[in-house]
Amino acid sequence: MDTLNALLAGFGVALTPMNLLLALAGCFLGTLIGALPGLGPANGVAILIPLAFTLGLPPESALIMLTAVYAGAMYGGRISSILLNIPGDEPAMMTCLDGYPMAQQGKAAEALAISAVASFVGSLIACVGLILLAPLLARFALTFGAAEYFALFVLAFATLGGITGKNPIKTLMAAALGLMMSTIGIDISTGSQRFTFGILELYEGIDFIIAIVGLFAISELLFFIERRAGDGDSSVKMNRLKLRWREIVAVLPTSLRSGVVGFISGVLPGAGASLGSFLSYTVEKRMLGSKNRFGEGDPRGVAAPEAGNNGAANGALVPMLTLGIPGSGTTAVLLAMLVSLNITPGPMMFQQHAEIVWGVIAALLIGNLLLLLLNIPMVGLFVKILSVPPKYLMPLVTLVAIVGIYSISHSTFDLYFMIAFGVLGYLLRKLEIPLVPIILGLLLGPEMEKNLRHALSLSDGDWSVLWSTPLSVTIWAIALLGLILPWLVGPMLRRRMEAKRHNGR
Amino acid sequence: MFNKSRFMGRALGWVTAATLALGASTAFAFQPSGKVDCIAPSDPGGGWDFTCRSVGRLLEQLDLVPASVQTTNMAGAGGGVAYAHTVSKRRKDDQLIVAASTATTTRLAQNQFPGMSADMVRWTAALGADYGIIAVGSDSPYDSLPELMDALKKNPGSVSFAGGSATGGWDHLKVLQTARKADVDNLRRIKYLSYNNGGEAITQVIGGHIDAFTGDISESRGFIESGDLKVLAVLADQRLPEPLDDLPTAREQGIDEVAPNWRGFYLPKGVSDETYQWWVDTLDQVYASDEWKKVMQQNGLMPFHKSGQEFDAYVQQQIKELQQLSREIGLVQ
Repeated sequence: MDTLNALLAGFGVALTPMNLLLALAGCFLGTLIGALPGLGPANGVAILIPLAFTLGLPPESALIMLTAVYAGAMYGGRISSILLNIPGDEPAMMTCLDGYPMAQQGKAAEALAISAVASFVGSLIACVGLILLAPLLARFALTFGAAEYFALFVLAFATLGGITGKNPIKTLMAAALGLMMSTIGIDISTGSQRFTFGILELYEGIDFIIAIVGLFAISELLFFIERRAGDGDSSVKMNRLKLRWREIVAVLPTSLRSGVVGFISGVLPGAGASLGSFLSYTVEKRMLGSKNRFGEGDPRGVAAPEAGNNGAANGALVPMLTLGIPGSGTTAVLLAMLVSLNITPGPMMFQQHAEIVWGVIAALLIGNLLLLLLNIPMVGLFVKILSVPPKYLMPLVTLVAIVGIYSISHSTFDLYFMIAFGVLGYLLRKLEIPLVPIILGLLLGPEMEKNLRHALSLSDGDWSVLWSTPLSVTIWAIALLGLILPWLVGPMLRRRMEAKRHNGR
Repeated sequence: MFNKSRFMGRALGWVTAATLALGASTAFAFQPSGKVDCIAPSDPGGGWDFTCRSVGRLLEQLDLVPASVQTTNMAGAGGGVAYAHTVSKRRKDDQLIVAASTATTTRLAQNQFPGMSADMVRWTAALGADYGIIAVGSDSPYDSLPELMDALKKNPGSVSFAGGSATGGWDHLKVLQTARKADVDNLRRIKYLSYNNGGEAITQVIGGHIDAFTGDISESRGFIESGDLKVLAVLADQRLPEPLDDLPTAREQGIDEVAPNWRGFYLPKGVSDETYQWWVDTLDQVYASDEWKKVMQQNGLMPFHKSGQEFDAYVQQQIKELQQLSREIGLVQ
């Protein structure tokens, strides 16, 4: 009952005219950014964070807008998958399998509409799961002491490369780079400065927002300049939507099942949305047996990964809100945002910032409804935007990033710093070193270090305190599994995803 | 980004007959013309930000300034970036006020603003404070501050403290000052674990992982009211106003420690005495206004007011004490 009351209060927050308007704007911008090939949800949220600061929004409004962007980007990601066979991000890869064939058969509008419905169902299921599970997990999280938290952070890093990391060594290198950068600034356990070289701007450490916007948005601009891709894809054509109610009903069972599968894989730290969309596609294919035409443009083959990846995206919010452990790149960006607003996710967030947590959950529900309403009639518009030459879009994105960063601190140092991160991001992407682990390292490094030192301080330097409770031993065991399994399963899984995609053509 | 300073208030007052009596010639010698700048040395949403914005709004509402008050956020180095900026680039700017709090003096005392000291600005006024508390979980064996201090006297490492500031920060120093007043030896051996904010520290105390919490009253109120935290002592000179009046002070338990985390402002060093006096008077008026009392109440600030020379002397004295303590526990050489 408490949960229900809290949720209703959350709706009260989310339904104020301004917040509703922000949610709408967030959905729209998110879909737009998600639809642009190459700019995934993590980038989308990263680029729009400075905007939230520029507008001087109160924390709950800023979060509601960014949650809407997050949901919108997941929706938008599928547009380019279906129309161009270019996934906006990794989780959208599975949508190409049946979405693109449908588009080739002249049923692009139907494919988009079905994916919108499936995304909605998947998100809805995951929202319900989030509402039920998060408070329980938050209460459980009180039993976490310093040793358990340390083990949990190790788990987060161990599962990071996870199922989809392309090269585990490069993932580890990126995480190590992030951890190294996180040691810059004041060491809160001794009060002394580390690696600051007397530069005042570095005393509080590297600002995540600057790092994120630089690494993602600025590097994207540099890539664009390199490609000099002046033209949009103007060959995109849309048919008139002729979707019947019966066809929507036909994909509902698939969407429901896939939403559940997606949610569960999203809750597991480190697994994320890619696993969600892959699992739901394969599970559904198996469930349907010989009745499916998966890979040839089966509507259910669009619905399954879409419901799965949206379910997983929302599921990833559970560990993020309750434990402060992001389950995916995008939730890592959202976590950075929370920390910047002086809100520390964790068990107490549900008590201390209840209005924010429940406001965000309510916004997620409202956002998904808005997206459904927005997407079906406006699909044509989003398709048109896909044809806008990036030479107009990229400068706009960069402008938003620069104005936003400057408005946070009024410091030109931060701008140079952001550009430096952009160059770094460009170089790392050239070397195919993933960027998300860097952000995670930067974000979780101080926490991990702090908990290790606290545990050792409480035990007077006895290291065995780290595995002295059943809970911590369990977490260590899962971490070990998480580290080993991807080496065995990962390449196999990716090969299958790729193989399916090629066969599907 | 993780700085703890929360709210600070500041206001302008109008020049009264009393002030005129003090210095008729100076009373109207200065008056800001046009926009006034208030630097909040933190990101939007922090405590210093609140100080600037709420006082700025009142200055406008009470017609104490001719035009508007604009809050500029200048985060970095726990206030050090703004401090350096004021010292070097705005030395003579008489339309500028900068938010400060105990966090600022703590850092100055420990030389954490390299090459800068407390006499490089003019300390103007404090407009309220958040008082320190020492608390334990509801099922803790300790029921009073002397009991806790006796345990520390037997073995300084036997009680662990969690707080929201860095090691050597205000929450840490409060515990050490209290322990010293209770004649605990070997302060260096007292375990202090630093968290990002008070809420996180309280979580660990309530979860039973750490013995005691040191922080401010405003961040712990929710947990005191819910019964999760048992307050052993409020570090105030007298009991807090209702409904917190049933919390015992340290002083009434025989340990004479008072730890207000004040919220206030400083001005650049190069402004004239007239300007300084104008700001002191104006902020006195803000403090005296009913509107400010309401803001304080809504935001958990307790009465605490010092301005002008009195405030300056208070700041210098506080820094001296903190410096001595930091040296004693080896935080500064």
